[in-house]
Amino acid sequence: MNNELRELYQEVIIDHGRRPRNFKVLQEYSHSQEGYNPLCGDRLQLFLLIRPGPEQVIEEASFLGEGCAISMASASLLTECLKGKTIAEAQTLFQQFHQLLTGDTAVQAEPEKLGKLQVLAGVRAFPTRIKCATLAWHALLGALNEDEDKPEAWVTTE
Amino acid sequence: MNMRDRIPGKETQGLVDNSLTFDIDAVRENFPILGRRVYDQPLVYLDNAATSQKPREVVDCIQTYYLQTNANVHRGVYHLSEEATSAYEASRDKVQRFLNAKSRKEIIFVRGTTEAINLVAHCYAKPLLSPGDEILISTMEHHSNIVPWQIICNQTGATLKVIPINDAGEIEQDAFTTMLNPRCRLLAITQVSNALGTINPVRQMIKQAHQQSIPVLIDGAQAVPHLQVDLQALDADFYAFSGHKVYGPTGIGILYGKQELLEKMKPYQGGGDMISRVTFAHTDYNELPYRFEAGTPNIAGSIGLGSALDYINAIGLDQIARHEQALLVYATEQLSSIDGLRLIGTAKHKAGILSFVMAEAHAHDVSTILDQSGIAIRAGHHCTMPLMAHLGIAATARASLALYNNRADIDALLAGLHEVKRIFK
Repeated sequence: MNNELRELYQEVIIDHGRRPRNFKVLQEYSHSQEGYNPLCGDRLQLFLLIRPGPEQVIEEASFLGEGCAISMASASLLTECLKGKTIAEAQTLFQQFHQLLTGDTAVQAEPEKLGKLQVLAGVRAFPTRIKCATLAWHALLGALNEDEDKPEAWVTTE
Repeated sequence: MNMRDRIPGKETQGLVDNSLTFDIDAVRENFPILGRRVYDQPLVYLDNAATSQKPREVVDCIQTYYLQTNANVHRGVYHLSEEATSAYEASRDKVQRFLNAKSRKEIIFVRGTTEAINLVAHCYAKPLLSPGDEILISTMEHHSNIVPWQIICNQTGATLKVIPINDAGEIEQDAFTTMLNPRCRLLAITQVSNALGTINPVRQMIKQAHQQSIPVLIDGAQAVPHLQVDLQALDADFYAFSGHKVYGPTGIGILYGKQELLEKMKPYQGGGDMISRVTFAHTDYNELPYRFEAGTPNIAGSIGLGSALDYINAIGLDQIARHEQALLVYATEQLSSIDGLRLIGTAKHKAGILSFVMAEAHAHDVSTILDQSGIAIRAGHHCTMPLMAHLGIAATARASLALYNNRADIDALLAGLHEVKRIFK
């Protein structure tokens, strides 16, 4: 196995891909969004429970779906790290994650904010797989912008 | 130069591999791309159902056309234009002979299979259809043999009917028979499934459809590179294929239509070349096949396609089929030896297409890992989303064979799949 593959398929990713955490429908949720990549068939539904209030804290996050190890692991890790974050913090997390994968220079990299999510950095060497890693994240943005008009019922990274 | 001069076939037969009837190493030498490396590994190209690689002679032919002959066809009263026109029309003759069509007037140059099917949908089927009429397709069709029919069904009130398939991926012939009825205006099916490899018994199906006066379009995109197609024996009313899957360039393909049907059809694209006389009040259309070739055609593409058919003829489609079938048997055995790997598409009659899913890993992960070893396969729904939905899977990995693939390619694929299992253990 070469280094790029070793970086991509780290044990944490294989583990979360095979046994995704928070893989369920929340009994009670306030926000939900489907993410779908029609070209590859990856599909997931993200559920969030956000208590109304000045802080708008994400109390619970879960998802259901099917797809490759990268998309499932990314969704699983996302739901883990969303718990307890405010909406503003979740949006910052999205930008940081996007920066990690694409090297977007418009965003100042602060890898320490990403914590465990840094295991997905290996995806950067595989441009065709970035859309897999970001699907759940675009679903997150879609869920948070639930009130806005969206042309489709689902969001996509393709 | 004659191809046989460059492919020492018979005399080395048996020394290289008992199953081969031509010298595979010599054939591989004809495809320069097979000599390149990907991630510092030799390229193993197994995505031939998506597009095939091109022999040097096809590339040279296109280059020579642009460097020496380039001019517009059918108009110039000068030497170059005459040369370009003869080369373009000679390719039409080559296609006619290759498919054993009755007349060169039945061979229309289009961009590819997709455009050919759209042409038939708009120029043949649409004017015929009324509410309650039916177009019959099968579960295993490519999107290009579904969506054009959906579009005209929506416009006319006709209904799209879908013939079911069995678990092996074969058309349910009993269901097919019962679905033929007087409201059925056209049967449109693939000869070889791009996702399953199934070779459909189209000759028999055409015969049955004709017994009820139902015309038939055959999607030959996956058949022409692998099987001898004799249009007069087949008796298809329309037949479509793409140049780039038969070792020719992209952007060129063929629609064959029986002359008596084409004569009755009105063109859906107007422009130069497809007319005989134009006034502001009226246009007389050109004769066949030009009526359906509006605008400057893909001259280099059609000449390249002719060159690709020459290449195939020099080796012989029967030889190619024998080679690919032997390799398919070997690859099927090898893939079946992998625990947790399930072949999707196990029809009795198959072309060299191996679709599969693995218990451990998703098709995209399989493809990414194989790619790092220089192995190109396809992962996804193969433009057959309704088929995937029927099978209850989102995606498969697919290895598809061509005349230049060998056992070493299959062995590399096997090694790559074992690597997948190691990573996902």
